[in-house]
Amino acid sequence: MSQPRRLPSGGFIDRSKTLSFTFEGRRYEGHPGDSVASALLANGVRLVGRSFKYHRPRGLLAAGVEEPNAILDLQLGAHHDPNARATMVPLVEGLELTAVNASPSLRRDKRAIFDRFARYLPAGFYYKTFIRPKWETFEGTIRQAAGLGRNSATSDRRFYEQQGARCDLLVVGAGPAGIAAALAGAANGQSVWLVEQEALPGGQLLWRDEQVDGQPGHAWAKAAIERLRALPNVNVTVKLATQAAAYYDHNTLALTERLAAPAVGWGPERLWLVRAGRVVLATGALERPIAFPDNDRPGVMLAAAAATYLGRWGVLPGKHIVLLTNNDDGYASALLLHRAGAQVGIVDVRPQVDGALIKAAAVAGIDVLPGRALLGVEGEFSVTGVRIGAADTSDAKEKGQGFACDLVAVSGGWSPAAHLFSQSGGKLAWDAELACFRPARSAQEEVSVGAANGAFTLAAALVEGHAAGGGEGPAPVASQADPTYRAAPYWRLPVRGVRQWIDFQHDVTTKDVELAARESYVSVEHLKRYTTLGMATDQGKTANVVGLGVMGEETGRTPGEVGTTTFRPPYTPLTLGAIAGLNRDSRLQTRRYLPLHTAHLAAGAACRDYGLWYRPGCYPLAGESEAEAIQREVLAVRRNVGLMDGSSLGKIEVTGPDAAEFVNRLYYNELKTLKPGRLRYCLLLAEKGTVFDDGVVARMAPDRYLLSPSSSHTDGVMAMLEEWHEGEWPDLKVYFHNVTQAWATLAVSGPRAREVMAKLSTDIDLSDAALPHMALADGRVEGVAARIARVSFTGERSYEISVPTSHGAALWDHLLALGRFASITPYGIESLMTLRTEKGYILIGRDTDGVTLPQDLGVTGPLRNKTIDYVGRRSLFTPEARRDDRKQLIGLAAEDAASPLPNGAHLVERGPHNRLRSLGFVTSSFASPTLGRPVALALVERGRALVEAHARLELYHLGQRRFARAVEPCFYDPKGVRLNA
Amino acid sequence: MLLIPCPFCGPRDESEFHYAGEPKPRPAFAADDATWGAYLFDKANEKGPHRELWHHVGGCRRLFLMTRDTVTHRILETHAPGQHGEGQS
Repeated sequence: MSQPRRLPSGGFIDRSKTLSFTFEGRRYEGHPGDSVASALLANGVRLVGRSFKYHRPRGLLAAGVEEPNAILDLQLGAHHDPNARATMVPLVEGLELTAVNASPSLRRDKRAIFDRFARYLPAGFYYKTFIRPKWETFEGTIRQAAGLGRNSATSDRRFYEQQGARCDLLVVGAGPAGIAAALAGAANGQSVWLVEQEALPGGQLLWRDEQVDGQPGHAWAKAAIERLRALPNVNVTVKLATQAAAYYDHNTLALTERLAAPAVGWGPERLWLVRAGRVVLATGALERPIAFPDNDRPGVMLAAAAATYLGRWGVLPGKHIVLLTNNDDGYASALLLHRAGAQVGIVDVRPQVDGALIKAAAVAGIDVLPGRALLGVEGEFSVTGVRIGAADTSDAKEKGQGFACDLVAVSGGWSPAAHLFSQSGGKLAWDAELACFRPARSAQEEVSVGAANGAFTLAAALVEGHAAGGGEGPAPVASQADPTYRAAPYWRLPVRGVRQWIDFQHDVTTKDVELAARESYVSVEHLKRYTTLGMATDQGKTANVVGLGVMGEETGRTPGEVGTTTFRPPYTPLTLGAIAGLNRDSRLQTRRYLPLHTAHLAAGAACRDYGLWYRPGCYPLAGESEAEAIQREVLAVRRNVGLMDGSSLGKIEVTGPDAAEFVNRLYYNELKTLKPGRLRYCLLLAEKGTVFDDGVVARMAPDRYLLSPSSSHTDGVMAMLEEWHEGEWPDLKVYFHNVTQAWATLAVSGPRAREVMAKLSTDIDLSDAALPHMALADGRVEGVAARIARVSFTGERSYEISVPTSHGAALWDHLLALGRFASITPYGIESLMTLRTEKGYILIGRDTDGVTLPQDLGVTGPLRNKTIDYVGRRSLFTPEARRDDRKQLIGLAAEDAASPLPNGAHLVERGPHNRLRSLGFVTSSFASPTLGRPVALALVERGRALVEAHARLELYHLGQRRFARAVEPCFYDPKGVRLNA
Repeated sequence: MLLIPCPFCGPRDESEFHYAGEPKPRPAFAADDATWGAYLFDKANEKGPHRELWHHVGGCRRLFLMTRDTVTHRILETHAPGQHGEGQS
């Protein structure tokens, strides 16, 4: 297949090799070195997509990261990218490309009709047109019509990598300014990173006819990179095809490195976080379009983009070109296209033109029409002509003079790519002479150079880059005299009420900006959100300044007075895979496994995630459902004996001469009076008085306490200990040690627990006299160092045996064997939840919320008796804490025993007009096999009084009504005799 | 990402640290409700240099004081907390 627009020579492509690809089902050919965009253009493909809102036919506008139109669906073997930017994707063999946002086909897109209804779709149309009868009536259709590309059907299994690095000097952009900075920095011994978004170094040297140090610019750039890479004495990293996507605090930049051809198994990107001592931003500049009617037709292209396709890829995008400009640099592009054989005519909006480039154009025989502009273009799928008229016309009816052409090149002046600068916190200022926003004040160790700083000439770029890199001696020399750059702030044809495109990707036109001005959305932030200007995936790289210029004209302000919106990362889109890196699937949050995990699996455990831990919920037998298993396990504990792995429960040792003083100041409960060898159930409060954690505290020795925070709170409690010690009581001699992982803890619980324990070989006296409920003892069990505690979360007689983690599995097996005579039954956390709810034992965070105080749980002893100033104490005496309508913990006895009350159901009272008011909610609710009826706990306003009155309460949940009686929050063995049974 | 100079470990990435609040003098138990409420809930949240406590949970696990400019995010100073109450000065 021929490539009709490809020139026989020129560009950085390998014409000796051919790559084939398809677009919209048709086969095309290109060459290594091509981008998808340059290959399409070489083949004469003009129509590459449909616009977002009006479904207008669109072609390539740009040649680089700023391209708004050419968003394609890309398939390569199994790999799928739903919205690739054609200008940034290197062409590889076998690519299958399709347009997005067009159906059934690009040429016959059924939604193209939207364009006819444009007047019903103005800015803010969501809020205007589609509100009657209601937005939801239209939402489905509109959402389906919106969006770019189809989602992949399968998840991306490629392996994305993230890496960190640091350097003295990070240079962003390997154009002339960036290369000069990197050379200078490396020469004076700094470690240097030089990153370039394009696959080739040189920036605009790749297509401009300019020389540096006597060589063609592109050759100088290539040689400079080779020289940098070969430097022996310094650490220099050059990364091409790498996008500096974000500039964060303290000179941290996020870079996305596009990996060569998507190798199987690897992601398409590697994310770098680089921290640099100093950053040089040589990010170049972006050419702006000029708005005029139908300026979005395929074949209307930025002038520098046309010259780039020519210089870099040997593609001449048009033979008969009308070039519209408001600045001198448009002439440079015109000259390049002219020398390549195109017939070029220049339409300059400025009434008077003069300068070196203008003279050069005249010498070359290029026609120049000053003081004119384009009133419109002919052609739907490809430009066939233009209409030229006075640049200052405001008459919408004026037709102008027709000219035939096959390409309209537009140069609306240059805007420094100051996105990263702005992300770094730097402030921009409007430069009226250059008609652009330029960096004015840096916020970090950073400097912008070259075109990124508004230095739009080669000589200035080289000098600024050299200086920024700390260069000594002369900077690289631009061989040609630099022409001056002047631009007029001409944003659009000054005709109101006609759609002239500003934001191509989001279909924002001058009409939308005019409407926003009329409706007083004149603040730049309102303008953006009301019109969606700059909110598409190109983030308005070609649109924003034009939009600000038009808004300025509508409101009598300069663009500087309108101001810019905040630039936010990323500069260009990056894949979610790169952001996630390895933090996906099971690595998203590291699971914690119990030390006996394999033993549990062998016992048939059904494991789930409980907080940080992946642990057994229950142990279903063959043919048994989980609900049935839970009922069986609960009954086994109540009637015989159960075995549970409680290793995840926190274990923090507090030691030192001041240990008693420290824990006593920290905990709500009195702990100084606790005798060695004894345990106490305690609450730990936050400073605002709310219950932060609960657990049993053991005093192992006069100067040694063992805390047992909840499984998921251990890290938080550890941090709290450290913060209070270091921040408040550094004079206390005390040390903390989180030994959770050092010990495996197994609980033997049930009326026959004592019989099982009696079979255990241990030197610990297990008699009730020596080891009563809430006591612990150290010793040996089966020859291993061990600790046995009498503590119960089931309400039954329980022994918690702790042994070094490595012995846990052996002890588990041993206990199962020893207890076989009593049908010892492993029970999981779900069964424990039922057991503890029957007893009214609370779970922090489930039966409490962020405002629960200890008195709300009925734990008032310390409040009355403990007089030292423990953490949170003052907050228990505030008016809020003393309100009589606080939510308090109660039990609920359902009137019907059909099923447990729904967790989270609201307890309600009925007010005037039958309006419901929530009094509280159900926190824990289970079917109790022990009692044969549902049991539930709840937090309810004035709960204690309701219990006293044995009140009948209405519950409401998702339309369902239930009734229950308020009862004491303990359904089983309220006297606690079974703890010693 | 901030580069925080831990007074015990040297410069480390922000991700190793927990913000632990503003250092404030704790009123005595006898303080009135308004004073106590202000202590609990009113944050200075200064624009400009701001004193704050940080906890190096991913490192030495020590607590320290830091003065950070909330406008520029420059870190002006870090040091170990002194004796009880010094954080109030």
